[in-house]
Amino acid sequence: MDLTGTRMRRAVVERPGLVVVTLLGVLLFLDLVRRVATGQQGIAQLVGFLWDGTVIGLVIGLAGIGLSLTYSILNFANFSHGDIVTVGGYVGWATTFAIAGFGTANFGDLVLLGASGGVSPRSIGVTVTTTPLAVVAGLVVATVAAAAVALALDRVVYRPMRDASGISLLIASIGVALALRYAVVFVWDASPQGLTAASDILSVRIALPGGHFTLGAHQVTLVVMALLLMAGLHLLLQFTKLGTAMRAMADNKDLARVTGIPTERVIRLTWIVGGGLAGAAGYLAALERGTIAFNLGWLLLLLIFAAVILGGIGSVYGAMVGGLAIGVVSRVSLVWIPADFGNAAAFLIMILILLFRPQGIFGGVETA
Amino acid sequence: MTADGLAVADVVDRARTSGVFRGFVLALAAYVLLFAVGLAVPGVAGVRNLVGLIALYFLLVFLLGIHWRHSDNDVALIAGFMLVIYVAFAASGMALGLDLNGIVNTLRRLTFLTAVYAMLVLALNLHWGYAGLFNIGVAGFMAVGVYTMAMLTGPVDPGPTQVGGLGLPLWVGIVGGMVAAAIAGFVAALPALRLRADYLAIVTVAMSEILRISYLSTTFQDAIPPLRFFGITFVPSLPVGTGGGQGISMPTNPILALFYTNPQDTTSAPTALGSLLFGIGRQFDVLDTVIVGWAYAVVLFVFVIAFYWLLVRVGNSPFGRVLKAIREDELVAKALGKNTRRFKITTFMLGCALMGLAAILWQGSQGFTNPGAYRPIQTFYIFLALIIGGAGSNTGSVVGGAVFASVLFEGPPFVSRLVSKTFELRASPGNFGDAVAALGRFDFGPLFAYTLHNISTIRFILLGVLIIALMQRRPDGLFGHRKEVAAAVDLSDRGGEDG
Repeated sequence: MDLTGTRMRRAVVERPGLVVVTLLGVLLFLDLVRRVATGQQGIAQLVGFLWDGTVIGLVIGLAGIGLSLTYSILNFANFSHGDIVTVGGYVGWATTFAIAGFGTANFGDLVLLGASGGVSPRSIGVTVTTTPLAVVAGLVVATVAAAAVALALDRVVYRPMRDASGISLLIASIGVALALRYAVVFVWDASPQGLTAASDILSVRIALPGGHFTLGAHQVTLVVMALLLMAGLHLLLQFTKLGTAMRAMADNKDLARVTGIPTERVIRLTWIVGGGLAGAAGYLAALERGTIAFNLGWLLLLLIFAAVILGGIGSVYGAMVGGLAIGVVSRVSLVWIPADFGNAAAFLIMILILLFRPQGIFGGVETA
Repeated sequence: MTADGLAVADVVDRARTSGVFRGFVLALAAYVLLFAVGLAVPGVAGVRNLVGLIALYFLLVFLLGIHWRHSDNDVALIAGFMLVIYVAFAASGMALGLDLNGIVNTLRRLTFLTAVYAMLVLALNLHWGYAGLFNIGVAGFMAVGVYTMAMLTGPVDPGPTQVGGLGLPLWVGIVGGMVAAAIAGFVAALPALRLRADYLAIVTVAMSEILRISYLSTTFQDAIPPLRFFGITFVPSLPVGTGGGQGISMPTNPILALFYTNPQDTTSAPTALGSLLFGIGRQFDVLDTVIVGWAYAVVLFVFVIAFYWLLVRVGNSPFGRVLKAIREDELVAKALGKNTRRFKITTFMLGCALMGLAAILWQGSQGFTNPGAYRPIQTFYIFLALIIGGAGSNTGSVVGGAVFASVLFEGPPFVSRLVSKTFELRASPGNFGDAVAALGRFDFGPLFAYTLHNISTIRFILLGVLIIALMQRRPDGLFGHRKEVAAAVDLSDRGGEDG
């Protein structure tokens, strides 16, 4: 008791900022309890926030794994990661429509997702229940294509710069991001494309105090697929030799090298895994939203960074949990703030984490 | 050209080995050939003119290269560079069939963009080049400067179409905008400077997005709502709005007061200066608005000179020497008893204030601004210009701004128009699918036309590729090799080769 008292006193003196932030967090939680108890905050809406937060959080977590791995192994913040998400999403959806609309519409119009004005994608009626094969094929192609793009970019851009500083690589990755994003615009046009019609999608309405809460089939698909992919990654990391090598590299690069781990092979695998999961995240995000736009991944990127920093750079499991936390924060914060500030709240959390616990909650690889 | 001390033999020697000069000779030969052919076949005039233009570009680049090697004077360097850009664009404009007004207006736009980018790059150079602070939230600090200025000077009782402001005079608004940008810089820097460089990058870009979201939000559109916690009002509501997504109007451009008796109304009678300059302009069919625009651009250039002077002074002062020491080795600077954190924060704030001022001068020309002008891409433009010029060099910053504004930003649309005009291309296909479908018939025309038509998209791809290429091959940029040493006297200079 006395010991914890001393420790607490020391914490207050040494890190007053942290204490203030913690107190503020506790205060907000108490306020939330009060709001729910007094009926000021409807339970249905709160459950909706939590569910939406989980859905977007899984996308962020899935995409964050690759960012976290490359950040720790190659030691740079990859600003092009968001656009890998976009490329995966577009290529995957082009595949889905090519399969689902086969025979009913012109191939070119389908692959361009209606950017040519030839066909309205919503009229094809793609949903996970009516055209499951097309959706699964799209997801697989999105994963493979994004992995291939990530690998090609590493070969052309990042590999010749292995010895460059982290900042040089960061700037180069901004160049990659620009080139990728506008290559997507060049092919698919800058205006967003609608993919699925909300009325086609199976959904369940659950009555709760203060309203009702809707569970959509595509949201459930996203959650299931994301969890499956994460479980698959877990198996890969824990039970294969390359997975162990990857974890070793992320943990301590020099030590890994001394023990004879083939560095370049592990780096290639990292790009494949990270890029592939990012592509899958892009596909699933577009599935859940029912639309896709060229800045899909770029807008997610800062949230992904927030998740990775929250979870601890280099920690795969940290990225997953960090993604969920960031997703939930960006939605539950809407209890207090207007809807357009959800992302701002998530960025604020990231800045606070950087200030008070730069190694992240999971204490990944210390990089500060 | 600095003719003195430049032997003719040297130029001849240079010409013999230079690939650029060979390109010039080749293009010139092709031009002469096409001219001869053109006497018999009438259709080649367009291609001939384009080839002639290419020959001119080669010659200009060659001359610039000689100027570059023989000039130690940075002002002459920048002047020579601007001259080359003007000649290149004027010739291209003529080839496009622009009239004098069009050409003068093109040069005005170039001057304006060069000036605003030069100012912003100079400010960023203070952060990145001098103090090694990797700030990629430039757009956010620009937004704070402009919005604060607009909100301070906005009308107290706005009409139905405007949002309210505090109704303060313009100079208060400008100073207020700079101070607000500096405070925003302080808020970002205070915590972030404890962290690694790439964390500062993420924090600044996140902060610039938070700011843009705030200015875009409908919450602050008409008035700032009161800050309430647990039923207690901490800050009362302010009748000052941001205009949300619709943007906010800015005070009347003060340059107009030089030309019109009533600056609010461009149909009012011109002043003495106005009637003199407009009269000269009308002689050459140059529009009044172009002349006013040129006056604004010239004022901006005066500001560029002021920025340049200020930064050179800062860089050479004891303060600047500490900054360079921090950039080279922070630990050593600390060991010598310098409070490096305070130096960094001061520098960061000064740079942010300058970014705010530059943005005010930029957006002030159009009397209106909206959050779309402060996307992260704006930051990347400025960074690219800095990398081209070479971080750490003020002259490089100005030249980088000019290269970016002319060659990279304004250049591609010009080239696209020139090529379209010369080859009388068929109309571009409406989408990528039709363009690619034609490839199946070995018809590359549609894809080419589609590419030219979407030159603004292609431009972004080129910028991205250029950033990568620069980081891989020339991370030091044009002037990065000119290291400004931290010491007042160059200790490494012992009369030998410069390292």
